[in-house]
Amino acid sequence: MQADVTLDTLGYFCPMPIILTSKKIKELALGQVLEVLSDDEGIKKDMPAWCETTGHQMVGLEEEQAKSGWIYKAFVKKTK
Amino acid sequence: MLATHVEPATTLAQLEATKPEKVTIVLLSGDLDRAMAAFIIATGAAAMGMQVTIFFTFWGLNAIRKKGATSSAKDWLRRMFGALNKGGAEALPLSRFHFGGLGTKVMQMVMKQNRMPGVPELMETALDLGVRFIACTTTMGLMGITKDTLIDGVDQFAGVTTYLAEAKQGSVNLFI
Repeated sequence: MQADVTLDTLGYFCPMPIILTSKKIKELALGQVLEVLSDDEGIKKDMPAWCETTGHQMVGLEEEQAKSGWIYKAFVKKTK
Repeated sequence: MLATHVEPATTLAQLEATKPEKVTIVLLSGDLDRAMAAFIIATGAAAMGMQVTIFFTFWGLNAIRKKGATSSAKDWLRRMFGALNKGGAEALPLSRFHFGGLGTKVMQMVMKQNRMPGVPELMETALDLGVRFIACTTTMGLMGITKDTLIDGVDQFAGVTTYLAEAKQGSVNLFI
């Protein structure tokens, strides 16, 4: 999946990935897609929940096995 | 007399649509773990666009006291209490396994190694995200905690009525 902006939150635990996402999304233009990298498994549930509450759109989630463990990529489209 | 006809269903729907998502948290505890939970919930909610207010009372006030703050109360009893009751977000003990400070030190070390924000960092993030801090004046008086010994981010000094007025509108109200 293609993203306009990538936010690296690797190594950060809850609630930092969500807080960083909420700050970063402000820098995007409407319709742009933000890719959030995280190795905290909670992001799989937390990001859709954040999108539902804030009104942004979750457009994809990818998982990737790296040497250090799983890496999750959440794609959020700025819709408001 | 003017009679107004309201459709209950639409009025309710309107009310729900305009009601801001509000979270209130009462932090009574001065334990590191409990304070962390409170600030994680507060910052998470603020990041979700919710309005968050934290009321600090009793030991919870220690989280918003300046580092190493003692008391400038007028009577010696409360001054002594303030001196014994160490303040500052950095100085909060664990509720279990504190072991005279050693357990808490180890926990803080592990947190730092794992890039986990501690209470001071979470508190700063909360203020940054617009979380409002309210200090309970009654317990401040009781414990000899004066305004000048609290951090600058404290938004209001108030009592139970202010809390209830806020909590009444809240969809999430927590007591920690």
